[in-house]
Amino acid sequence: MSISIKHISKSYKNVKALQGITFEVKEGELFGLIGPDGAGKTTLFRILTTLLIANEGTATVANFDVVSEYKNIRNCVGYMPGKFSLYQDLTVEENLKFFATIFGTTIEKNYDLIKDIYIQIESFKDRRAGQLSGGMKQKLALCCALIHKPKVLFLDEPTTGVDPVSRKEFWDMLKHLQQKGMTILVSTPYMDEAALCDRIALIQNGKILEINTPEAIVKNFPKPIYNVSADNMYQLIKSLNAYKYNHSVYPFGEFVHYTDSRIDFNPEDLFQYLESQNLSKIKIEKTKATIEDTFMELAK
Amino acid sequence: MNNNNVIQVEKLTKMFGDFAAVNAITFEVKKGEIFGFLGANGAGKTTAMKMLIGISNPTSGKANVAGFDVFTNAEDIKKNIGYMSQKFALYDDLTVKENITFFGGIYGLSRKQIKDKSAVLIEELGLEKVANKLVGALPLGWKQKLSFSVALLHDPKIVFLDEPTGGVDPITRRQFWEMIYKAANQGTTVFVTTHYMDEAEYCDRVSIMVNGKIEALDTPKKLKEQFKVDNMNDVFLKLARSPSPTLPIGKGV
Repeated sequence: MSISIKHISKSYKNVKALQGITFEVKEGELFGLIGPDGAGKTTLFRILTTLLIANEGTATVANFDVVSEYKNIRNCVGYMPGKFSLYQDLTVEENLKFFATIFGTTIEKNYDLIKDIYIQIESFKDRRAGQLSGGMKQKLALCCALIHKPKVLFLDEPTTGVDPVSRKEFWDMLKHLQQKGMTILVSTPYMDEAALCDRIALIQNGKILEINTPEAIVKNFPKPIYNVSADNMYQLIKSLNAYKYNHSVYPFGEFVHYTDSRIDFNPEDLFQYLESQNLSKIKIEKTKATIEDTFMELAK
Repeated sequence: MNNNNVIQVEKLTKMFGDFAAVNAITFEVKKGEIFGFLGANGAGKTTAMKMLIGISNPTSGKANVAGFDVFTNAEDIKKNIGYMSQKFALYDDLTVKENITFFGGIYGLSRKQIKDKSAVLIEELGLEKVANKLVGALPLGWKQKLSFSVALLHDPKIVFLDEPTGGVDPITRRQFWEMIYKAANQGTTVFVTTHYMDEAEYCDRVSIMVNGKIEALDTPKKLKEQFKVDNMNDVFLKLARSPSPTLPIGKGV
C-alpha cells in the first residue's frame, strides 16, 4: 500500500476535525478526497505529510510511519498545499531551483517529469512568482512539488477557484503523472472531478461517508431519481419542497433532481400535483444519480 | 436608457498600459434578471465588475448602473447596489447581530429599520441560536448565506455576487441559489459569477468573457443550441480557452 490510514482522529479545541478515519491508497492509484470546506481534508493532508500529529491512530506513507519515520516521508513525497506557498519574491526559475536544491537534485535531472507542465510557464521564468496569474502559480507549484520525483503526490484542492478549462487541463496533467507510476492523493470540492479518480472517499465533518469507485458510488444510490422541469424554476422548487411525499429536492442545472418517499411512487401523481400548482411545460423523466446526489443523500 | 434595464454597458474598456483587461464589452441586464457573468481566470471578469460597482474608473466606453453613470456618479452607484465577494465576507470577530447592525449603519438604515431587519433576517436564515456568536465560528456555508442577506439589507436594485458558492457544500450551495431565486422573484437584479457550470444553468441569461471580450451572451438554452452541446460546461469548454501562457499576455490563441 502506498498510503495506509488507520483510525486517525484529530481535534482542535472544540472542533473534531477528523474522527476515526481509515482507508488505504494503492500504489499508482489516483485517489480523490471529496468534500466541502471544513470537511477535514487539509488536516488529513497535513498529518500524512508529517506537518501535524494526530491525536489517535496511525498512518504510513510509502511504508514509512508518519511519526517515527517522518524524515523518510519528507524525502519521498510531493505536497502542494491549498494555499499558494512558494516564495513570491523569487522568480519562477529560482523557486524551482530552490526546491530542487533542498531535495539534493537538479532541474535537469528530473526535467522529464515536469517538462509538459514547465513548458507552459517557461517563457515567464524570470518573472517573480507573486506576479503570476492564478493558473500559472498553480502550474509552478505543481512543478516544485514534482522536482524531486516523489513516490506519492499530495494535492490539496489544486483546482479550487479555477475555471472549468484550466481544471480540465490540470486533470489531464494528473492522468499523465499517474501513467508514470506516481500515487496521487488529491482533494477537491468539485464533485464532477470525482469521476476522474480511480477511487474516491466522500468526506464531511471529519467522517468518511463512503469509499468506492465513482461508478459503484453512483450505482449504489438507494432510490429512483427523476429529472423534473417546468416553465418556472423558482415556483417548481417551491412546489416540490411543499409536496408532502418528497424525499429530496435538489436543483441540478436546468432540472430539479427529485426522489420520492413512497416505494410505489407513480410519476403521474407528481405531474398532477404540479399541474394543480399552476406550473406548465412539466416534464418528469427518470435519470441517473451523480456523485453529488450520493453525497447529498449521505450528508442529509 | 431603457427603463427596464438596470445595467447598461456600451463598449466599456479598461486598459492597464497596453493591455486591454476589458475590451469594449457591450451588454444590458434587465430588472429582476439573474445574470451569469462567466469566464476563465484572467478573462477580465473582476476588472469589469469593479468598474460596474464604481470602484475602478473605466478607460473608455459607457456604463449605467442602477440609473447612475459610472464615470460621474460612482458614489450613488455604491449606495444602490449590494456586493458580496468570496474573500471578504463579514467581520469574523463581530457576532452575527453586530455584523448586521454594522452594515445596516453603513448603508444608512435607521435603528428601528436595523432592528426589524435583523429579526427577520435571523429568523429566515434560522440563525436564532447563533445570533450572538462570532461569525468566525460559523461554517462557511452559513457565512455565505448571511453575507448575501447582509448585501440585501438596504434593498438594493442590484446585487453583485463574486463567486458566492466556491468551496461550499452541495446542499448549502443549493439553498444559496434558492435565496437568489427568491431575491430575483422580488425584483432584485442578480449579477453573479461562478465556476460551477450547473449554476450557470440557473441563470436567466449568461455571458462568457474570453480575453477581455464577451464572446457569447444568451439564455443557457440558446447557448447550448448554438454550440450544439448538452450542458453549459461544454459550452464553456468550447468557448473559453484559457489564455495561452506561452504567448504575450492579452494575445490569446
